[in-house]
Amino acid sequence: MVSISHILLLSTALFFIGMYGLFTRRNMIAMLMSIELILNSININFVAFNKYLWPGRLDGIFFTIFIITIAAAEAAIAIAIIINLYRSQLSIDAEDATELKY
Amino acid sequence: MEISSIIFYLIAAFILGMALMAVTAKQIFRSAIWLLFTLIGVASLYFWMEVEFIAAVQIVVYVGGIVVLIIFSIFLTEQASKDMPPPKPARKLAAALAVLLGLAFAGSLIWQYGFQPAGAAFDNEVSRIGEAMLRTDADGYALPFEAVSILLLAAMVGAIVIAIKHEKKPVPQAAEQEAPEAASPITETA
Repeated sequence: MVSISHILLLSTALFFIGMYGLFTRRNMIAMLMSIELILNSININFVAFNKYLWPGRLDGIFFTIFIITIAAAEAAIAIAIIINLYRSQLSIDAEDATELKY
Repeated sequence: MEISSIIFYLIAAFILGMALMAVTAKQIFRSAIWLLFTLIGVASLYFWMEVEFIAAVQIVVYVGGIVVLIIFSIFLTEQASKDMPPPKPARKLAAALAVLLGLAFAGSLIWQYGFQPAGAAFDNEVSRIGEAMLRTDADGYALPFEAVSILLLAAMVGAIVIAIKHEKKPVPQAAEQEAPEAASPITETA
């Protein structure tokens, strides 16, 4: 019997791996991938809480379903923005997107 | 140690190893492939927790949808075999330090909290999920379901509008020429 703390520690480690990717990567698609890792770690948390702490309810399952849906929408929008940015800047590096900065 | 625990630790090691490869790979295409394996590992963790519907949704949406979208966008925007520039060592060190501190803090909080499992069986049949999605009473999710469907429609329209290729319109010259003239009086008064 694996205790719930081990599952939560796994999701915490996955979250901070995603944060490391978000801090170090400067390619926008790579940063998007790190965000997907973070969202996945949160989904693991929701499912584990629902299964082990409140097994009579379905809230965690529904939060997970809606997070997956919103992650899909977010990825579609982000990739559309990245493709549009690539057309105008010929680069998807976060450091090169400075048009609105100054 | 039970066989179920061994399977859990194998899945956990698989997820974390693949995620580490995904955030440290030099080529972005390889990074996407490691991300694919991470998501499959998370889906197998859902199977291990016996939430089969979420596992199926994870495979269909994440592995079949989002990763394919990411790979397409990699091919659309740059050479997939080109190495990404490595991050600066100082930034790498700072990120690793911040992440390790955060991990230690959150991990110690989780470790000391002492969760008490309820012990009851978890009833998450697909029919129950589907009925809850259509009910409007206290335990129903009809409103969020409708809201998220509108959000998906808006995201779809928005993605098409943003990514569509506009034909080149001639840049209005008047606006560009007016700008310095409008700016000059301000500099004179200043």
